[in-house]
Amino acid sequence: MARYLLSVMGRQEYTEFYGYASADEMREAMAATEAFNERLADAGVLVFVDGLEEASTATVVDARGDEPLFSDGPFIEAKEGLNGLWIIDVPDLDAALKIASEASHVCRERIEVRPFA
Amino acid sequence: MTAAPAAAEAVARTHREEWARVVAGLARRFGDLDLAEEMAAEAFATAVERWPADGIPPNPGAWITTTAHRRAIDRLRRESRRDAKQQEAFMMHDDSPPDPVGAVDDDRLRLVFTCCHPALSMEARVALTLRIVGGLTVPEIAHAFLVQETTMGQRISRAKAKIKAAHIPFRVPEHTDLPARVGGVLAVLYLIFNEGYLASGEGSDPIRRDLTGEAIRLTRLVRELLPDDSAERGEATGLLALMLLTEARTAARVSRDGELVRLDEQDRGAWDRTLIAEGLALVRERVDAVRAGRARAGRYELLAAINAVHVRAPHARDTDWSQIVALYGQLERIDPSPIVTLNKAIAISEFDSPQVALALVDTLAGSLDEYHAFHATRAELLRLVGRSADAHAAYDRAIELAGNTAESSHLIRRRGQLATPPRSPQKEEAS
Repeated sequence: MARYLLSVMGRQEYTEFYGYASADEMREAMAATEAFNERLADAGVLVFVDGLEEASTATVVDARGDEPLFSDGPFIEAKEGLNGLWIIDVPDLDAALKIASEASHVCRERIEVRPFA
Repeated sequence: MTAAPAAAEAVARTHREEWARVVAGLARRFGDLDLAEEMAAEAFATAVERWPADGIPPNPGAWITTTAHRRAIDRLRRESRRDAKQQEAFMMHDDSPPDPVGAVDDDRLRLVFTCCHPALSMEARVALTLRIVGGLTVPEIAHAFLVQETTMGQRISRAKAKIKAAHIPFRVPEHTDLPARVGGVLAVLYLIFNEGYLASGEGSDPIRRDLTGEAIRLTRLVRELLPDDSAERGEATGLLALMLLTEARTAARVSRDGELVRLDEQDRGAWDRTLIAEGLALVRERVDAVRAGRARAGRYELLAAINAVHVRAPHARDTDWSQIVALYGQLERIDPSPIVTLNKAIAISEFDSPQVALALVDTLAGSLDEYHAFHATRAELLRLVGRSADAHAAYDRAIELAGNTAESSHLIRRRGQLATPPRSPQKEEAS
């Protein structure tokens, strides 16, 4: 088995309804995603899943020197980036791509699939 | 015959026939594409050294397989990477006999699917397929695509590293994914063929038979490996027919001066009748299947059927254009694209009139403005309706965009033959 990080890539600045256009759309996507997550858990392939707060809430820590330095904001300033993630444990990339396709469909965002080392 | 040339010939033949099988068997056994490729290459290098002195072994393929497997095990031992998987590989496979021939055919198909995996970039798929399945060397592939050897080497290494790290599986896709995945494999093979058929780049040979030949060989292989009567095999049959009927015209396609010769001006006596016979038989096989309701006509076989109409005509004037227009119409329905419509327009020009064709072509300007064939086609149609100045401008644009040397020469000559060359009259000598 191999573990993969499924990164939900989207707008870094959330609207009133997270990334979604309307309250309805947000509710639908969340309900669909939740049902999908349950299926993953039942199939025994889900390691972890959650969504993230807006990128602007991030803090960067640098303690490579003697004193830790804290700075405001995401590590990389960009219009689009990570908004949520799944970690799954499946036999191979084909299985991961299949799950990522469903994930992208239910949460209505693009997904980056990356293997863990 | 002395031993050395016979041995060299035997190595070359074995390489051609057994390379993919050897790499596939190693890849399955050791689960490592990189190791499989390297050890197969080493086994062939050993054969080059040993066969002239020791004689050609009675079963050259089995000799290569055994040698490569031993090398792989030695390598793993030497590197003593003692993780559990490789320990297991030693115990399970040390000195085991090579697979019987029939059982590994499936492995070659796995190999093709791995190299053409949709998670790899298209250029990586092409390079990897030629290297791993086709057995071409990195310098050969680099030369074929006019990139530096180091660049091509990196492209292939990176693709292999991704296969390993991302766990791209070494197997035939699930049934539901099969049509799309076979489609992807055929697209890679068609791209290899087309690069050979109309090679890009200045100073390159206009036709690369090494690439067209390799594409045909690999398409044959894929077709043979797919199950009889499957829709996927039908698609592969269509593609093979298309390639054969196209390849058959190679000798007539470029003049002695290196200029592309149009279909209607080609010496049809120079067409390869053997390839045509084989291609036509395959087209017939598909037509029968479609008529019997066993299959639906796919993209490649429609293109093959169009080529079949051309090769059946003893002279260009005998071409059944109505059938070609109808076939392009069918193609537009299953695989609509501006390029298909452009080609249909050429047939319409012959079947109906250049005016009608030109009106159709002009509707494509928005999507095909960067495509040389669009401007070349427009130029020919403008010439036919007597708009020389417009034709001249269209040739200019086509020449500017054409990447193939034989094609530019042809366009320059056509432009030079216009009735009234306007503006700066560039008079290239027409042969």
